[in-house]
Amino acid sequence: MNLTILMQAYVFVLAGFVGFLVIARVPPLLHTPLMSATSAISGISLVGSLVAAGGGRSLVSTILGTIAVTTATINVVGGFIITRRMLGMFKRSDRNERDARKTGPPAA
Amino acid sequence: MRDTFVQVSYLVASILFILGLKGLSRADTAVRGVNFAAFGMLLAIVGTLTQQQIVDYRWIALGLAVGAVIGVPLGTRVPMTAMPQRIAIALTFGATAATLVGVAEYHDHADTFALGQRIAVGLEVVLGALTVGGSLIAFGKLQEVLPSRPLTYRGQNAVNFVLLGVVVLVLGAVVARVGGMPLFYALIALAFLAGISLVLPIGGADMPVVVALLNSYSGLASAATGFAISNNVLLVSGALDGASGFLLSMLMSKAMNRSFTNVLFGAFGSEAGAAAAVGAGTDLVAVPISAEDAAVQLAYASNVVVVPGYGMAVAQAQHQVRELAELIEKRGGEVRYAIHPVAGRMPGHMNVLLAEANIPYDKLYDMDEINGDLSRADVALVIGANDVVNPAARTDPTSPIYGMPILNVDEAKSVIVLKRGMSVGFAGIDNMLFYQPRTRMLFGDAKASLIKLVTEIKSL
Repeated sequence: MNLTILMQAYVFVLAGFVGFLVIARVPPLLHTPLMSATSAISGISLVGSLVAAGGGRSLVSTILGTIAVTTATINVVGGFIITRRMLGMFKRSDRNERDARKTGPPAA
Repeated sequence: MRDTFVQVSYLVASILFILGLKGLSRADTAVRGVNFAAFGMLLAIVGTLTQQQIVDYRWIALGLAVGAVIGVPLGTRVPMTAMPQRIAIALTFGATAATLVGVAEYHDHADTFALGQRIAVGLEVVLGALTVGGSLIAFGKLQEVLPSRPLTYRGQNAVNFVLLGVVVLVLGAVVARVGGMPLFYALIALAFLAGISLVLPIGGADMPVVVALLNSYSGLASAATGFAISNNVLLVSGALDGASGFLLSMLMSKAMNRSFTNVLFGAFGSEAGAAAAVGAGTDLVAVPISAEDAAVQLAYASNVVVVPGYGMAVAQAQHQVRELAELIEKRGGEVRYAIHPVAGRMPGHMNVLLAEANIPYDKLYDMDEINGDLSRADVALVIGANDVVNPAARTDPTSPIYGMPILNVDEAKSVIVLKRGMSVGFAGIDNMLFYQPRTRMLFGDAKASLIKLVTEIKSL
């Protein structure tokens, strides 16, 4: 049992480090999409909710699990849609010469 | 075999989540990143559904269907100006799910849980319920269902400390298996109350920090779920969310010149009246300018920097700003946008609002990118921003905002400030920028003033 917890702690701590390193590189330009994306990812509690709702363990567990599946699904579905929608609004200017030089002329 | 598939799906989902967040480090890879993350989510859900533990799919189908029906309009209909409250309500939903899973686990397995699992479930419901309470209040304030000013009373901090202390004590009792289910439910109720009580005294202007911090708590609640039910994908994504929220709240409080504890226990805006006014009582005069003269100045400028503040977003004037910028560009001028980290109601909010108005993102500059270059600007056009351009942050050690990173607009060759009147900003202090010899004030509603400027430039 103690070993399991220790292994889980490994996973948690390392993922936390990766998270810090990756997220520190997200520019302020994209901080709102970042929060929107992480709130969609937080819908991962769906994984626990599904087991509670469909595990046939007890009435309490089924009811609470079903509510949890609902709210987590709202986050997953709504969160990914709105993040995509938001990022679709970020457009580069077509007459930006500096960047045109950097990326080369558009393929005709 | 089935178990292997489930575990592999979790592993791949975790990798896809990390790659997804990595994609967000650049605007041109961001969409691909979000697609990765969404695919990872789908994989994790499918993997979970094949688990042997799941014996009944009827309730699951119901939850998924209802959630999708509510989720789609929340994704497609919510306007970008409402993003802060949209995130707040998403935190409520996410934390509700985590809390309920914790209750279900504890209800079914309390007798067989080892010490580590009891700690994990305890933390899960405490962080979850705290986030639910806090994010509901944050939502109410941002949606203006509740007054956005800080709600304070005497001895508030003492009450909050005691409440948190009681939560910790009860958590200890639950972990020690004292009190059974009733005490477990009491723990949830107390944490929920603590969440409400902690966010009530925080003002609307401080919401970026609060929302980011609650994001972090909700991530940690997910991670605690992962510990409780030995689920690695929950551990990984919970750690990612937790790290993200924590980093953003640090950045935001730094940008507002406040420490964490000051945001959480300071109730900043409540003492606005006490702050000294620089202009009042002295012979400083802010010089007004007519729309005609401002238009001429802008039309013949070759280097214009627009500084949008929350006042611009409130007036919904983004489209007029873009129209004005396009006119200046057509006449050969260059227009850039200087974005302060706390210009909106949540981290990065102003960028989204400008992008929505079809302003290309490569013209949006972070404070650090543009500050060294502001002295080159012929005109700095400040629209509904105040504290974030107040030079007192650099020059006046007695000012409450001293030390706050600001946009050095006062270094520009000339400054035009669009402002409704001479009222003070959130910090409740006067702004010396307005009395500078190079500064002109264009009074009036931001949107109306911009429309006038556009008409004037067109007729030149």
